[in-house]
Amino acid sequence: MTQQDTQTPLIDLRDISISFGGIKAVDQASVDLFPGEVVALLGHNGAGKSTLIKILSGAYKRDAGDIYVRGEKATIANPRDAKDYGIETIYQTLALADNVDAAANLFLGRELLTRWGTLDDVGMEAEARKVMGRLNPNFQRFKDPVKQLSGGQRQSVAIARAILFNARILIMDEPTAALGPQETAQVGELIKQLKKDGIGIFLISHDIEDVFDLADRVAVMKNGQMVGSAKTGDVTKDEVLGMIILGKCPPGAIPGPGAIQE
Amino acid sequence: MASPNLEHLSDDARAGPVSRFLKATEIDSRLLGMIGALVLIWIGFHLYGGIVNGFAAFITPRNLWNLSVQTSSIGIMATGMVLVIVTRHIDLSVGSILGFAAMMMAVTQVNILPEFLGLGHPAIWIIAIAVGLLVGMLVGAFHGWLIAYLGIPAFIVTLGGLLVWRGATFLTTRGETIAPLDSTFALLGGGPYGAVGSTWSWILGVVACVGIVFMLLSGRKQRKRFQFPLRPVWADTFLGVVGCGAVLGFVMLVNSYPWPRGIVRQYAAANNIEVPDGGLFISHGFAIPVLILILVGLAMTFLTTRTRFGRYVFAIGGNPEAAELAGINTRWVTVKIFALMGFLCGLSAVVASARLNSASGNLGTLDELYVIAAAVIGGTSFAGGIGTIYGAILGAVVMQSLQAGMVLIGFDAAVQQIVVGSVLVVAVWVDTIYRKRAQ
Repeated sequence: MTQQDTQTPLIDLRDISISFGGIKAVDQASVDLFPGEVVALLGHNGAGKSTLIKILSGAYKRDAGDIYVRGEKATIANPRDAKDYGIETIYQTLALADNVDAAANLFLGRELLTRWGTLDDVGMEAEARKVMGRLNPNFQRFKDPVKQLSGGQRQSVAIARAILFNARILIMDEPTAALGPQETAQVGELIKQLKKDGIGIFLISHDIEDVFDLADRVAVMKNGQMVGSAKTGDVTKDEVLGMIILGKCPPGAIPGPGAIQE
Repeated sequence: MASPNLEHLSDDARAGPVSRFLKATEIDSRLLGMIGALVLIWIGFHLYGGIVNGFAAFITPRNLWNLSVQTSSIGIMATGMVLVIVTRHIDLSVGSILGFAAMMMAVTQVNILPEFLGLGHPAIWIIAIAVGLLVGMLVGAFHGWLIAYLGIPAFIVTLGGLLVWRGATFLTTRGETIAPLDSTFALLGGGPYGAVGSTWSWILGVVACVGIVFMLLSGRKQRKRFQFPLRPVWADTFLGVVGCGAVLGFVMLVNSYPWPRGIVRQYAAANNIEVPDGGLFISHGFAIPVLILILVGLAMTFLTTRTRFGRYVFAIGGNPEAAELAGINTRWVTVKIFALMGFLCGLSAVVASARLNSASGNLGTLDELYVIAAAVIGGTSFAGGIGTIYGAILGAVVMQSLQAGMVLIGFDAAVQQIVVGSVLVVAVWVDTIYRKRAQ
């Protein structure tokens, strides 16, 4: 076990590897996440962040490595397994079914049923109105297919879906990519709120300002390998950029296998 | 300069009472368009027959009753094709599955069961149907497995199936036709004895009306409970009146088509009834295959709109990746869709072979094209995620109306094919324009 004895990590990914057609997309990457903590995963396009996260959310099957959830070894073979562990994901593509309405998307795969085993559409819409009222009070288009919603509205549907089922671990892959400044600020507020509730969050972002604003720790990947991780207080923005671009690990960070040996 | 003015005017009118009316009643404007097209087709054939041939026979109880029976087989399969196309697949093998299932049923009830149970045993038709449904479902499930788990495109799997099952059908009896079938089984195809008569038709009609009113009322109650916006009372009343009116009108239609004189005489002689001088008026009432189609339509509508399975089908069609990420077992759903399609082919096989009272090697040939056309004319989109059961059934009625109408006014087969093919392409073109505008 690691030396953090205060708590067991909510999530502990150990030596995860996956390759696609001979290319190692993720190579022996390890990262952990504690309750109430935001860990930002950084790196260039193709560095392996999204792939690593998709292994955790069950979308990809890893070739090697172990996933521990609250200290116990977890078997995550598909998205359903991940959800059973309380791991919810907001994908970069949002992963919404465009042709059905917001409530149907929120409950996709976990529909509420009536006594007779039929879909409880009214009940689901009522729940949807509740959660959307919290996230985006202006949202009123519950009957429209989500295809007809704006980028920001679609994003809030995707976020609402992730927090609807009392997630313990939240994965956010570029959650503010489609949002304007005001909505981005709203997501920031939401993240702080969720942190307070003890939810652990993996945040993937390109925006270094955002990351320093929201994250407790950063973990940087390059070419599928972990360059290193650091508390945001221990490193500067320039040092983190150096990790992303050059793979150089500054003194304040714990180096990983991907760090340049000097 | 007149035309832009006119357009402007019609735009204004659309934004006025008509669109407000559609919004309040929540009627799909596509549905209205299809019903409008259907009415035009009917009136067109009727007038053409009257003017050119001096014999207007389309809008008569007899023709419409026959039309309803002829629609059944294609309509039943079209409801399943909706799910297949909604999930971005295709099934080219439905006609061959129908032929194969029909042949299996025919062999079961004519060649196998009578040996063990004796000819005319009351269980024969039930066992035969069970065999047909099971054969259809297994073939469909097998196709679904090849598509979902082996990753072979549906087009290829079912193209192969089209040939394989047609070949298997001919091979079973070396090309012979099996006839006649079990007498009870044959009733399921319609005909004077295969219809429920006027009393039962009225009973079913009234039950349907009660159902419509109940659904409208319970819908209101549900919305009230959660304080969602209600439809205006007049809109609900309008829907109720139109719905019940349509049902009762249909009942009156099928009841106004009497048995032919020969059948009446035969029936009277068998039951010792005196036939009065003016002849006896015995109504057909609903044909059994039509009732089967209605039942299938209701069940499939329920399945697609009220169950998890239906929700998953549409979600997969809208975004397969999202459905997978949401934890839906998309492969297993695909297998179920094709199994259901096969099951419905089996049911259609019952209707089609019972109607002809025989099973031949080429029963159901080219049905796949009519079934796909019915679904597509009914608004099912090849881009996936969009389609309705009632649309597909209406589409089947449109296809069959064209066919029957052209036969009635004496177009020859070559012209019929040209017209049906053109209508299909034009219908989808119109639909594409409609969708672009709606966005």
